[in-house]
Amino acid sequence: MSKMTALMGWIDARFPLTKMMEEHATKYYAPKNFNFWYMFGILASVVLVIQIVTGVFLTMHYKPDAALAFGSVEYIMRDVPGGWFIRYMHSTGASAFFLVVYLHMYRGLIYGSFKSPRELIWIFGVLIYIVLMAEAFMGYLLPWGQMSYWGAQVIVNLFAAVPFVGEELSIWIRGDYVISDATLNRFFAFHVIAVPLILIGLVVAHIIALHEVGSNNPDGVEIKKNKGPDGIPLDGIAFHPYYTVKDLMLVVVFLMVFFAIVFFAPEMGGFFIEHPNFEPANSLKTPEHIAPVWYFTPYYAMLRAVPPIMGSAFPGVVVMGAAIVVFFFLPWLDKSPVKSIRYRGMLYKSWIAVFVVSFIVLGYLGTQPSTDGKTLAAQIFTTLYFLFFFLMPWYTRADKTKPVPERVTDK
Amino acid sequence: MRKLIIAFVIAVLPGMALAAGNVHLEKVDIDLNNKESLQRGAKLFVNYCLSCHSAQYMRYNRMGRDIGLTDKQVEQNLMFASEKVGETMTIAMPSNKSAKWFGTAPPDLSVIARSRGQDWLYTYLTGFYKDDSRPFGVNNTVFKDVGMPHVLWELEGLKAPVYNEEHHITGYKYVTKGKLTPAEYDAAARDLTAFLVYVGEPIQQTRKAIGIWVLLFLFVLFVVSYYLKREYWKDVH
Repeated sequence: MSKMTALMGWIDARFPLTKMMEEHATKYYAPKNFNFWYMFGILASVVLVIQIVTGVFLTMHYKPDAALAFGSVEYIMRDVPGGWFIRYMHSTGASAFFLVVYLHMYRGLIYGSFKSPRELIWIFGVLIYIVLMAEAFMGYLLPWGQMSYWGAQVIVNLFAAVPFVGEELSIWIRGDYVISDATLNRFFAFHVIAVPLILIGLVVAHIIALHEVGSNNPDGVEIKKNKGPDGIPLDGIAFHPYYTVKDLMLVVVFLMVFFAIVFFAPEMGGFFIEHPNFEPANSLKTPEHIAPVWYFTPYYAMLRAVPPIMGSAFPGVVVMGAAIVVFFFLPWLDKSPVKSIRYRGMLYKSWIAVFVVSFIVLGYLGTQPSTDGKTLAAQIFTTLYFLFFFLMPWYTRADKTKPVPERVTDK
Repeated sequence: MRKLIIAFVIAVLPGMALAAGNVHLEKVDIDLNNKESLQRGAKLFVNYCLSCHSAQYMRYNRMGRDIGLTDKQVEQNLMFASEKVGETMTIAMPSNKSAKWFGTAPPDLSVIARSRGQDWLYTYLTGFYKDDSRPFGVNNTVFKDVGMPHVLWELEGLKAPVYNEEHHITGYKYVTKGKLTPAEYDAAARDLTAFLVYVGEPIQQTRKAIGIWVLLFLFVLFVVSYYLKREYWKDVH
């Protein structure tokens, strides 16, 4: 033991190891009243690790070449020992990532985790979300199936809708007039190195900002306001060991669901791996119905809902972009004096419900071929989605809030 | 009884499908654990499909191992186009020539079951009918104006559609008898479908078998982690 202590002393004199462990784990005090909704941050980091590790192994066998890509994926599925397992973990991980991130964001919405003093945590989080979408979009091209190809074609064509420079911009992105080998190669480079580097950097910033301010909790009470004589928040418990053991348990539950999908339903009925993507990309054969993977469908529905103006799809692109950018302004749109939904009134609760329903319905509509009725529905729910944000300053001011307790409550 | 049911299915269902206005797929249940069925499917596949369609990601020896055949049996009974048992199921027909002959090059069938689904494949295999307006004299219920001839016609025979006054197909009657009875042909179509589903993802049965152990392990790990958490959280009040 003394040797261990000596070694730690040697390291600490050269690198702040003990200091960092204390700051981020053993002396990082988190509120003791975290509930179910607080596990998704940890789960997102678990999925990030799964994606990076499986991604590294996939890269060893995958060929970023339009003539070889599709076959190399089948090679991984059949000839690489355990390749099918790595690949299904990666494809399931992509959907799992969005699922936990959406639930994590929803947690932020209902408990006011975006409000002062956590605005920067929220902004880093929204940036992570945007970068994650870029990562998923570029990764989806790599299997080089019909949906990979035509999905990328549709999305890159959005840039062509930008006035004046659109055409040149889209050619610059593709490196060609259509999605081609050049596009595949550069998307591969972005997917395996450029975007993951940015993603990891943002995740680190997200966590550093969180540990600087301290975690919010289901009561929205600042635990740092009530400290004991030892300077430790009265409602705080050390992240390690209390939350590490709790998170370990929750991670196991998550892995049970995750591996149930990997081993028993890796396609998830066409939602995680789309059936037409088992047909190799063919630039001469446009599929009848192009649908993105489920996590993009709410925005795809918005894109299709906006009618083109003078033959330009640009307004739809703007609406789609605005639907994501608007998240950045949330900390300043919310004027409520309380954070948690527990102490907010019916107005905020109702608008949250409207927002969630709109998001889910738009997600469904995005998977469907458009009809007049469905386009109208998409227009209505797109409007509601934006009203949740735009009306927020008024309804959060008008809302009847309940008094927030001094200390966190037991559920 | 079975023949009667099949006769009914052949006679009535396509009519219902057309009345509904979209393509009707017959539900097919297949058993990937039935090795004999997979072996019969493999035999049909190499004899009838593998001259025009490849399965370029499927290796002969892997297939043999999975469906219960030795390398020797595979070499003697199922390998006509390749030299070595470790090779994949490729074909000699050049795709530019076949595209000229059939209008389009016959697609590779390695993952056809994953893009089309088993019901589609079964409906397709049982859905050829006589149509003299087509170059090969046949059309298909789920794949209108398909370029492929009915290569299994010597087994199934040829059936001609029966139309009603609105010129909708209401059923079929056989104009040429095949080597197989309708019930036997139906079973053959199921075997071939099962084989293609296997070829689509050779690992699938192993995957499910491993999955059970993985979940059992995680369940044990959950119990341990639950008690660990409870032990630590005793002092949180």
